[in-house]
Amino acid sequence: MMAFITPRRIRRARQSAGFLATVPTLIAFVVLACGGLATQVSAAEGDDAVTGVSADEHDVARTTAASLSPAPTPQREDYPSIGVSSRGIVWVIAQMHLFFGALVLAVPIFVLVIEIIGFRTGDDRYDDMAHEFMKVSLTAYAITALFGGTLALALFLLYPHLMSYLMTAFGSQVLVYAGLFFLESMLLYIYYYGWNALRYGNRKWLHLTLGLLLNGVGTTLLVVANSWTTFMMAPSGVDPETGAIVGNIWEVMKGPLWNPLNLHRVIANVAFGGAIVGAYAAFKFLSAKTPEEKAHYDWMGYSSNFISILAFLPLPFAGYWLMAEIYAYSQQMGILAMGGILAWLFVIQAVLICTILLAGNYYLWTGMARSEGADRYRWAIKYIATVLILGFLVWVTPHNVIYTTAEAVKLGGGNHPVLGPLGIMPAKNIAVFLMLICTFLSFQLYRRADKVITVSWQYWGNALMASIYIFAIVNIIFAGVYYGYFTNTVYKVGSSVIQVMSTVVVIVAGVVIDSLMFRGAKTLHVSWGRVAERSQYALFALPIAFTWLMALMGYVRSSVRTHWHVYTVMPDKSADNFIPTLQTVGNMVTLVTLLFLAFLLFIFWIANLSGTRQLPVAEDARSQHAGAVT
Amino acid sequence: MNVLAKTLGFSVALVVAFGAVAYVLPQMEGPAPEQHVVNLDELTMESFVAMGEDLYSGKGTCSLCHNALGRAPDMLEFNVTEISLQRIADPNYEGSAGNTEEYLRESMLQPSAYVVAGFGTKGSNDTESPMPVVDKAPLGLSILEIDAIIAFLQDKDGEPVSVPLPVATATVAPVAEVTASAAPQGPEELIVKFGCAACHAVLDSQAALGPDLNDIATRLSAAEIRESIANPAAVIGDGFIVIMPEFPAMTVGELEMIVAFLTVADETL
Repeated sequence: MMAFITPRRIRRARQSAGFLATVPTLIAFVVLACGGLATQVSAAEGDDAVTGVSADEHDVARTTAASLSPAPTPQREDYPSIGVSSRGIVWVIAQMHLFFGALVLAVPIFVLVIEIIGFRTGDDRYDDMAHEFMKVSLTAYAITALFGGTLALALFLLYPHLMSYLMTAFGSQVLVYAGLFFLESMLLYIYYYGWNALRYGNRKWLHLTLGLLLNGVGTTLLVVANSWTTFMMAPSGVDPETGAIVGNIWEVMKGPLWNPLNLHRVIANVAFGGAIVGAYAAFKFLSAKTPEEKAHYDWMGYSSNFISILAFLPLPFAGYWLMAEIYAYSQQMGILAMGGILAWLFVIQAVLICTILLAGNYYLWTGMARSEGADRYRWAIKYIATVLILGFLVWVTPHNVIYTTAEAVKLGGGNHPVLGPLGIMPAKNIAVFLMLICTFLSFQLYRRADKVITVSWQYWGNALMASIYIFAIVNIIFAGVYYGYFTNTVYKVGSSVIQVMSTVVVIVAGVVIDSLMFRGAKTLHVSWGRVAERSQYALFALPIAFTWLMALMGYVRSSVRTHWHVYTVMPDKSADNFIPTLQTVGNMVTLVTLLFLAFLLFIFWIANLSGTRQLPVAEDARSQHAGAVT
Repeated sequence: MNVLAKTLGFSVALVVAFGAVAYVLPQMEGPAPEQHVVNLDELTMESFVAMGEDLYSGKGTCSLCHNALGRAPDMLEFNVTEISLQRIADPNYEGSAGNTEEYLRESMLQPSAYVVAGFGTKGSNDTESPMPVVDKAPLGLSILEIDAIIAFLQDKDGEPVSVPLPVATATVAPVAEVTASAAPQGPEELIVKFGCAACHAVLDSQAALGPDLNDIATRLSAAEIRESIANPAAVIGDGFIVIMPEFPAMTVGELEMIVAFLTVADETL
């Protein structure tokens, strides 16, 4: 059964949050200081003027009053109905808001990095590309705000009791959020429209600072909004018996799942944003008329894919941390997600992640055609592809399926005698970590394709790198098999740590060793634009799989609350308080993905339109005439 | 236009293909908790055991961890009665149960009273159980439901069921109701709610159909008061007859609150 949620457990979970999330925590702390200040100011300006009580007395009074106000418990008839599933409405709007929110918050992160690279190298191509990325983000920003506003209205209309409770819990923090949104808007517009005015010299420093501020505010918006989500999953600062708010705003925000979700979303957003702008570049590449245009958008697509996959590689580790904290908070919640009814959704997740990895790898392999030096490494592709395919097959193998009694008797038990062992997590962990290592190997080969290494110790460098790969692969397989199949369940989870560390060592060592080996390397010519058109479809597959994946995993994360609006303190008694079938989930996720796709095409079109300039009527007629003559 | 059609067609086809995967998977629904009205007049031991089995894999979510995957002892695989007695006899056992029924109830209400080696919370050295207290949120099982699960676990091994069959009509509250209505409810309100004052002298009542509860603690220990409420027929006061009903819908929390109140109330006399 589930782990009972003890204060000790919550404390432990918070402590294990570690220093990784220190940055968003610090940022949010500043926000909270503002929120707390706003609360006190409102108290001072309001009741104090009448009653003349001190701030401390206010705190006591607030705590006392709150402790007497349990979480609302609306009955089914108390929920407003507009004749359509309330959950369905909120599901679609919330997901659209999250898609666009992820895009507009993520793009400025890597845009700033690209801008810095351009500034340091003096290469204007980086600056132009970063500016073009921002154009996509800017158009999406207005749509994000529109969906955000619509979502708030829908929630207040359809779930007034829940919203009332959340407003009580978060108080004036929501106004701070609104204020940050204004600040984000101003910074975004100045950053984008001031790009060319602040392009060189000291002015560039000012522009970079604006970019930094924009990202600071954007990330803060994200972590503040995350606190609402994690409060609903693992409420803190509340009386567990009644749901009454007994903690201050910081205690309410800083639940055990807050920092894991913050980290996971920041990384996932970057991967998602990179994939979206990659699709934009692919679309432009396929539409390009001139070799120059093709070269530009090919390079842009490559950069986007690089960003996306680079951010994607550490994502499983962040996901692992989030799920580990969910288990630590509530074992029942964790098992429901990974071993209960929702576990089937992870089969789809496997298909999606494998699509991402295959598409990312395929794009790199086809991209090797840009450089003559790539021929040296082509032999490795078939082996990498084999591991990826085998990994995919292991990942999608279910532990068991639903069959008749006769089938079970014929099978000799509940699980297939051969494939059964592949259905549990140890096998899938081995598969996913090997796939990640192979993806990194593809990157490494791609990066080496246009270089001739000249350092004297290149033999030993390559030998060291190969040894690290072999050691890591053996370690991953051994840890997975030994701890997964030959020891107690308790140790199965522990084996993941070994596998994570092995993978991280390969990636870090690969980057460091290559950086050292590339010193003084001869660079071969890269023919940007010389790439097969079919490779561009890999750049479309990436954002589609990412979008589907985001919607799916968002649903799983939300659904583990089962029939609770706020887990264990505010039950959900609406007509939709059940876990729907996988078909329904699949339909909803498909619907929101298609909707997002439609909006995305609109954004691409708008972004393209802004660069189109109509010729004067007379000139236009002349050019058409000239075209007809030639 | 050609590019738009191609890319759009590819994208839509891929989205739909992902959606199609959901159709080849087993279709199950996670039902919301429902309110079951149990007519105890028609309840037989067989249906009581069946109710326990439903709760074991349903609302109680016991089977989520107690299964063959090894997250918790798979109670369907061994004789619960024999194992319970072995654990009670274990020198490391520090609980207060004396028989299987008490051990199972204690395991559900105080899971850390005895933690089976290897199944403790990580880092606790098997001193803390990851199992929830079943009468608290999010499970919120009632006394009747806990008894039904005990009956099921005893019956599945062919052992005699020691849990008495409930005799009054009651409602098995769904999870949501039990936890949601954990709204602040004092012992006085509970005494009113369960109609104690109709027969007993307690609070403002001077009723004399049952023993005076104002000084009950001078005659009974907390454990005996608890037992008298949970099982009214267990001990009958001199000069009184068995008319007190059982309270199957009373949660353990409510029971403890009333017991504590009656004990403290006496100390103030």
